[in-house]
Amino acid sequence: MDELITYAPDLGLGFLENVKLALVALVTSLVIGTILVAMRVSPTPVLRAAGTIYVNVVRNTPLTLVLAFSALGLSDQLGLVFSGEPRTNSFWLVAMGLSLYTAAFVCEALRSGVNTVPLGQAEAARAIGLTFSQSLTMIILPQAFRSVVAPLGSVIIAMIKNTTVATAGGFLADAAAVMKETFDQTGASIPIFLGIVVAFMVLTMPIGFFTGWLSRRLAVAR
Amino acid sequence: MSTSVLFDAPGRRGRLRNHALTVVSLIAVAAVVYGVYRGFDAKGQWEGKIWEPFLQWETWEFYIIPGLIGTLRAAAVAAVLALAFGAIFGLARLSDHAWIRVPAGAVVEVFRAIPLLLLIFFIFYLAPVLMGGGDYAFMAVVVGLMLYNGSVLAEVVRAGVQAVPKGQSEAAYAVGMRKNQVMRLVLLPQAVTAMMPAIVSQLVVLLKDTALGYIIAYVDLLNTGFKILPARFFGSLIPAAIVIGIIYVALNMALSSLATWLEGRSRRSRKTAAKPVTPAVAGMGEGAA
Repeated sequence: MDELITYAPDLGLGFLENVKLALVALVTSLVIGTILVAMRVSPTPVLRAAGTIYVNVVRNTPLTLVLAFSALGLSDQLGLVFSGEPRTNSFWLVAMGLSLYTAAFVCEALRSGVNTVPLGQAEAARAIGLTFSQSLTMIILPQAFRSVVAPLGSVIIAMIKNTTVATAGGFLADAAAVMKETFDQTGASIPIFLGIVVAFMVLTMPIGFFTGWLSRRLAVAR
Repeated sequence: MSTSVLFDAPGRRGRLRNHALTVVSLIAVAAVVYGVYRGFDAKGQWEGKIWEPFLQWETWEFYIIPGLIGTLRAAAVAAVLALAFGAIFGLARLSDHAWIRVPAGAVVEVFRAIPLLLLIFFIFYLAPVLMGGGDYAFMAVVVGLMLYNGSVLAEVVRAGVQAVPKGQSEAAYAVGMRKNQVMRLVLLPQAVTAMMPAIVSQLVVLLKDTALGYIIAYVDLLNTGFKILPARFFGSLIPAAIVIGIIYVALNMALSSLATWLEGRSRRSRKTAAKPVTPAVAGMGEGAA
């Protein structure tokens, strides 16, 4: 227990980095995921194909590879630099990699939602003369979003847990990296491990409960 | 709902607009591809010199194939253990006895909530303390994957058994079967068909997660291909990433298409009264790195 108290400030700061990463990735992955799903249901075959290829490639690549490639490949070799300060730079590289990766899963979740909207809704929208973008934004997506609140919640929870992989992208300030550093000094410490696990659970469990409650509340009665 | 009902069969103006959109998006996609190509070109990433190692058998023999074997070995061992773990804890959660059901539920919920990398780190550092010196990278990866994916599979097993209509077990009890006969002869055979697609998609997650071993220096495909190989052939980092990326995507897509095929088959199947258990959103629903 003493180790946990001694190292709590460091671990807390590390965990804060995970929270920051998660917040950035949450916003950007939802935006990119929504754009991807619009591409995947659009009337333009080129956009559909581009969206499908993106999702299938990214979804089947390990996040570790995505993040390691962002750091060593994109940044070191190809010169994609967000900031001169290495720590800030690797933070944004990891945030970018995590967002691009999560976006593919957000897209899949939303698309499965689009598939739950009954045929009649789209037909009725067309019948009253709505255009593709009107029927998508006013009829289909609002219903689709409601039916995917719970799966989206799982994607977000997984994304929060995935912020620990930041280490692979050279960002060595997050909770996992701090924990490893501490273990190097103290050896494996059960209290420290449990402390971080509890911190993550405190973050993810309310999201699970909230999205579960919200999805029941928002469920479209059919 | 198929995507095509979102829009009418386009008329003349619509067709014209769609063609225009197609052309515009084609140009946009081409511009992105060309931009990436030029970016790579400016840094000399298309030079034959740095791609050449991948045409030599030695590169495959000493780096990529041993790495691939490391990945597949960890995935195979972890998959078998996770399936056993999932079966035991999934059935334990369905037990009629609270003293079995509650602890099993707690174990499953806790291991599902722990970020996998933290679990792997913890095992990696704990193992030498408990068992003395040695290389525990393989063990840490396998045990971490087993505990995490096993917990997810336990939920799949539970959902699969619960998806079998109640009438089936009632009928089985009515003809005088015991509890274990009902489970073994009636519920499980139907549940297995229903949960096959979800199991296979979870195995895709497991295979992908073996790459976490890279962080604790387990010799897997990512390690040999992305750390050791570029150190030997200087400058080949980007080609190496592309080659091993293709291998990972091909492996996972092959497994995913197996899952899709199984799902279609179990949907059509008349061997089971249960609806197929939907896989967690394409391999991430329950969390995957």
